[in-house]
Amino acid sequence: MQGVKDKNGVMRYVISLIVNGDYLTVTVKGNTLLVDLLRQQLNLTGTKRGCKLGNCGSCTVLLDGKAVSSCLVLAVEADGREITTIEGVAQSEKLDKLQESFIDNAAIQCGYCTSGMILSAKALLTKNPHPTETEVRTAIAGNLCRCTGYVNIVKAILAAAEA
Amino acid sequence: MHLPDFNYYQPETLQEACEILGRYGAKAKVLAGGTDLLPKMKQDVLAPEALVSLKMVSGMSDIEKVPGRGVVIGAKTSPNDLVNSSVLHENFMSVSEAAHSMANNQVRNMGTIAGNIVNAIPSADLPPILIALSATVTLVGPVGSRTLVLEDFITGVSRTAIAPDEIMEEVVIPEQSTTGSAYFKFGLRHSGALAVVGVAAAVTMQGSLVRDVRIVLGAVAPTPMRAKKAEEILRGKNVTDDLIAEAGKSAAVECKPISDIRASEEYRRDMVRVFTKRALRKAIYLEQSES
Repeated sequence: MQGVKDKNGVMRYVISLIVNGDYLTVTVKGNTLLVDLLRQQLNLTGTKRGCKLGNCGSCTVLLDGKAVSSCLVLAVEADGREITTIEGVAQSEKLDKLQESFIDNAAIQCGYCTSGMILSAKALLTKNPHPTETEVRTAIAGNLCRCTGYVNIVKAILAAAEA
Repeated sequence: MHLPDFNYYQPETLQEACEILGRYGAKAKVLAGGTDLLPKMKQDVLAPEALVSLKMVSGMSDIEKVPGRGVVIGAKTSPNDLVNSSVLHENFMSVSEAAHSMANNQVRNMGTIAGNIVNAIPSADLPPILIALSATVTLVGPVGSRTLVLEDFITGVSRTAIAPDEIMEEVVIPEQSTTGSAYFKFGLRHSGALAVVGVAAAVTMQGSLVRDVRIVLGAVAPTPMRAKKAEEILRGKNVTDDLIAEAGKSAAVECKPISDIRASEEYRRDMVRVFTKRALRKAIYLEQSES
């Protein structure tokens, strides 16, 4: 990873990472958070900012396949790693079975938590294709839905696992 | 809520990392998981001039059983690594369970065992069970490394024996005859909640005789604390329900809880009494069912 001082004396780092399958090289500051790199520099605004402290899960993305809060990851630390955001879940025009299931089961109300919910669920189903309801609830325990639509969200994830 | 600026370093060896820390003294912080450090910086609780990332320092992320040493856990191991470790499942399931009780899945993927220890918050979930299992921590500094007993390492609220230019390299659960151990946590929710009370117990039994016992209480004193009088009640005795109940009562008297937003002092003491009994019963049951 290369660091360069810009004309104002601020260090910028040139990092390379894979985002939703695309190899990208971008320049970030030391204090740039992964969520801001995604939203502001890459215009991937499907990832939401919520509490900014790792409590709410709305900024959840997959980092090398694991669900993490992108508000607690420095962009420089994502150098050389693979990120999946909600924009990378569908295969071109075809929605992922989790996305279909969220629609079919009315698991989306205001939609703010949905990106994070689906990524947490995606990480779960990749590791454990047939989870119990308890395992689903544990996997999404770090994703808060303030519409409190948990019943349908859990139903949607379980249905996607069976599909 | 803005993350303030800092100088960022990405050393490739611990030696190099210690040198950078040495240059900055207390003004630098080690960055590993970031789950405690970055929220504190965003909330202006901490304002380090430099962050020294351990990302490119290789190793420190395995959990292995090493003959003659015990279970060696790399400092960068995440709580979910502890949850999923077959080595821990076979030897100290209680550590996996304590790790699973922490925070939420995202934080358990990012955080580290060393972070949970060096941040030294009284409600941390890993220190009580690790202290009950007589764990040690190894610190690397500019002039070599030193190993401390975890029980002595945590010295106060957010205070430990680590020097500003030292980095935790590993946590070791030594080989021991103890096979029964348990951690009971009470939080206000199943997930994302700090411990209101946490009780860890580890026992070595010979039939119904308690050869050795360690009881460690979390979130009810400035540091995790041994309930030594409660241990004395059981050590060398044939275990009975009455003795376990007496140990629970003793632990409730020994602890030094505060009243805060999560629970009153009285409530915490009573929960210590109940959880000490449960932790002892489970540890004894596990020990006896293995031998």
